[in-house]
Amino acid sequence: MLNYDIVVIGGGPAGMAAALKAKECGVDSILILERAETLGGILEQCIHTGFGLHYFGEELSGPEYADRFIQLVDEQKIEYKTDTMALEITENNIVYAINKTDGLLEIQAKAIILAMGCRERPRGALNIAGSRASGVMSAGTAQKYVNIDGYMPGKKVVILGSGDIGLIMARRMTLEGAQVKCVCELMPYSSGLTRNIVQCLDDFNIPLHLSCTVVNIHGKERVEGVTIAKVDENRRPIPGTEEYIECDTLLLSVGLIPENELTRAVGINLDPVTSGAVVDEYRETSHKGVFACGNVLHVHDLVDYVTLESQTAGEGAARYVLGKTEAAEYITTKGVNGVRYIVPQKVNIRNSGDVKLYFRVGQVYKNAKTVVKYNGEEIISKKRPRLAPGEMENVIIKNDMLKNFAEGGVIEISVEV
Amino acid sequence: MQKNIICVACPMGCAVTVEIAENGDILSVTGNTCKRGDAYARAECTNPVRSLATTVKVNGGIHNVVPCKSAGSLPKDKIMECMKIINAAQAEAPVSLGDVLVSNILDTGVDIVATNHCPAK
Repeated sequence: MLNYDIVVIGGGPAGMAAALKAKECGVDSILILERAETLGGILEQCIHTGFGLHYFGEELSGPEYADRFIQLVDEQKIEYKTDTMALEITENNIVYAINKTDGLLEIQAKAIILAMGCRERPRGALNIAGSRASGVMSAGTAQKYVNIDGYMPGKKVVILGSGDIGLIMARRMTLEGAQVKCVCELMPYSSGLTRNIVQCLDDFNIPLHLSCTVVNIHGKERVEGVTIAKVDENRRPIPGTEEYIECDTLLLSVGLIPENELTRAVGINLDPVTSGAVVDEYRETSHKGVFACGNVLHVHDLVDYVTLESQTAGEGAARYVLGKTEAAEYITTKGVNGVRYIVPQKVNIRNSGDVKLYFRVGQVYKNAKTVVKYNGEEIISKKRPRLAPGEMENVIIKNDMLKNFAEGGVIEISVEV
Repeated sequence: MQKNIICVACPMGCAVTVEIAENGDILSVTGNTCKRGDAYARAECTNPVRSLATTVKVNGGIHNVVPCKSAGSLPKDKIMECMKIINAAQAEAPVSLGDVLVSNILDTGVDIVATNHCPAK
């Protein structure tokens, strides 16, 4: 059996930032486990720019953003194993993992940081009628084919879902010579960033059909076309609005799901809205010594926020290992009235610092207010010219405010129009 | 002539209308809610630029391609022409992050640089 103070599962931006912060906080015995051939995670295939504007104050591509952390991991001599799949974590914080050189690894950790990221929702989750013709894939799969393997998966493309990956791939496929016929979005608004709609669709005259979905996929061996249709306010296709579009490829960009198999198997409490663990302000889960950060905790829109959150988790894990944690008296947080979720879901009021609450709204609002209430009483109110589901919001609860709260209290965040 | 632009200077996404005279002069900018919107809309109507991120073929590397980007902004209407040149270019492994793969593309003064490492196979 191997022994480490902290085992980090996942070597993407979350895992690397958490490991680096834990090291900075005084923990030396750290091991990162990474499933892929290299550190960097999904950033390796996100070759477009726009990463790092908040954290580094410059516009980097995904691989460049990742490389800055990979360099630091090497400089700090943090151990990592690539090509290594974590299989299980146990009640006693033992991590089982497997790779070709070591075989089965049994690693006793004092603390574990979950940083496994997320997966794309697959076709099976959508119930689209049609055959199993080739040419239907997630936008991220196509992204890997094009950007890592240098292989174009199709020539005439329809994209379902206007999340950022779908928008980015519309531009990418167009640049490489494919004809992107349209992007269909089930909702009446796009969940992608405005910048991406302008620079990935409008720049190339790619139509975006809102309140529209794919109802049938045609073709036997290879996709030959899709039928799209308008949907009503209950997101049900409206008969008579069907339109056939010839294409050989359908890309799906229909949402991301935190990859929490390990988390669920050990019985850690999950939040049904985020599909990630329920955590406190240091991102500690319901299982002592197990922390979670990045897209495995909740899906982020900007990697910069993943880095910040993961540093918090790394600090939390280090404090736990070094025995610096305070006694806990928790209050809970709750999103109401337009706020879909808040992370963290609970906050220790004995914490000695300020606490930043991240939250996401359920629809687009203009000229609205976000209101924070403690036990029904308004404590913070912020004017927001625009709120959108695709853009995470945050609010800081100052420590002198936290001190006045009592165990069992409830913080609610809502949107007021 | 009227041009409608969605401002991307911030997440607000204001719908900005620019009135352009026949000689190309900008007569008015309306719909923006801040100064940055005005500047963005004027730039979009006079000299729209974009950064370009794509890949270059690599010989003998662990992957077939290495990602790259334009080190500066390129004129928007030259993007597809730049793609042709980049897709005709090849690099020999190993490639290091920051290596210039195409220099001074289309005489724009902008280099195309690698944005990742590609070790030799």
